[in-house]
Amino acid sequence: MKIIRKAGLLAVSLLALCHPATAGDGKLLATAGLTQVEGSGGGGIVPWATINGYATKEQISVSAFNTHVAVDDYQLNALGMSLSLFNRVEFSLARQSFDLPSAVIELGLGDEINQTIYGVKARLYGDLVYSTWPQISFGIQHKKLADGAIAAAIGARESDRGTDYYLAASKVHLGAAGGYNLIWNLTARATQANQMGLLGFGSQTQESHQVMLEASVGVLLSRKLAVGFEYRQKPDNLAAFKEDDWADIFISYNPNKHFNITLAWANLGNIAVADEQQGIYLSTTGYLW
Amino acid sequence: MSFIKKRFSLIMIAMTLCLSACVSQPEQSVYQQLGGQEKVTEIVQNFIYEIEFNETIFDYFKETDIQRFHDKLIEHICVHTGGPCEYTGDTMEQVHTGMQITEADFNLTVDLLINAMTKANIPHRLQNRVLAIFAPMRKQMIYI
Repeated sequence: MKIIRKAGLLAVSLLALCHPATAGDGKLLATAGLTQVEGSGGGGIVPWATINGYATKEQISVSAFNTHVAVDDYQLNALGMSLSLFNRVEFSLARQSFDLPSAVIELGLGDEINQTIYGVKARLYGDLVYSTWPQISFGIQHKKLADGAIAAAIGARESDRGTDYYLAASKVHLGAAGGYNLIWNLTARATQANQMGLLGFGSQTQESHQVMLEASVGVLLSRKLAVGFEYRQKPDNLAAFKEDDWADIFISYNPNKHFNITLAWANLGNIAVADEQQGIYLSTTGYLW
Repeated sequence: MSFIKKRFSLIMIAMTLCLSACVSQPEQSVYQQLGGQEKVTEIVQNFIYEIEFNETIFDYFKETDIQRFHDKLIEHICVHTGGPCEYTGDTMEQVHTGMQITEADFNLTVDLLINAMTKANIPHRLQNRVLAIFAPMRKQMIYI
């Protein structure tokens, strides 16, 4: 975390030297969105069309996030940072650590799975709040496993790396939900990833990308507080383990333009050897610049 | 998986129904809900006060005839919220041309308007209805 923050400060200093852009505080409160579990600007499990941070057209922003997911038999930690330029392009870097249950550790393949995700997203059209049509963005998440041994052992076609491509549409409708502001997002993701990539990519029978739909709906109860629901369709590639779609309900608190904290109840279904995985999702994003 | 999908469809249908119920037209105009001329005047006076104490936004108003801005903005809000007024001011394009207002400063001004409404005790949901009326005018106001 410390190293990442230092790297962030360095990146910011370099950018500040070469461009007169000012700090990213130009968006309306809570319209920066959150950081999703793979490091892209989004909701919690779904990448949105939003460009991370509060930067508008003349501004840049840097943010850091940390997400912890604790379900019945597993825990996932994700941390990372992102750099957004002019509300146009977002670069993100995230590291996921997935703790394995003791039954799996006994097999001798390690006690956690680590994955690094390199993300880039470009806003193609629109403004989340002001344009008539939704904001549209295209993004890529390149995922690299630190050690593909487990993925290979359970039958993944690609055991160490894979790339997701997604197209997302997001829109805020002012006052549309009985006077409350409504936000929705719809994402189509082409992916081969098994459990986001933690269990590798594809299988002997699934060699190509499949398109999965992901959706989020939220209501802003005040300028600072949002509640909502998310759904993420997932592929089910591996013969050995069933993979289920994911869903969560969340509450997000955005006290100011420097910080947000989101708590969710997630239902992740079957993950590898364990069924009906439900639990808590807790995520914070700090906007450093 | 199909069980989850079925449940998902049900939730989506429920949300759609809720939304269509929620967006049904209120009987009163937003102008009436705000509290008519008296409240609109209070909001505009609060808004001017907010602007005067914000260095960034006050810069845009250096050459402005504040009394005229006060009168025309009251008319403007009245007309667009469904009140019994006539707008006698200039168009949004005429007023903002040459100012080169940025997205960030536009949003900062929205924040000031929200502050002005909050200080006039306008409820959150009614504030959003006011913002929804004026948000589409942004394109006639920024970067011109």
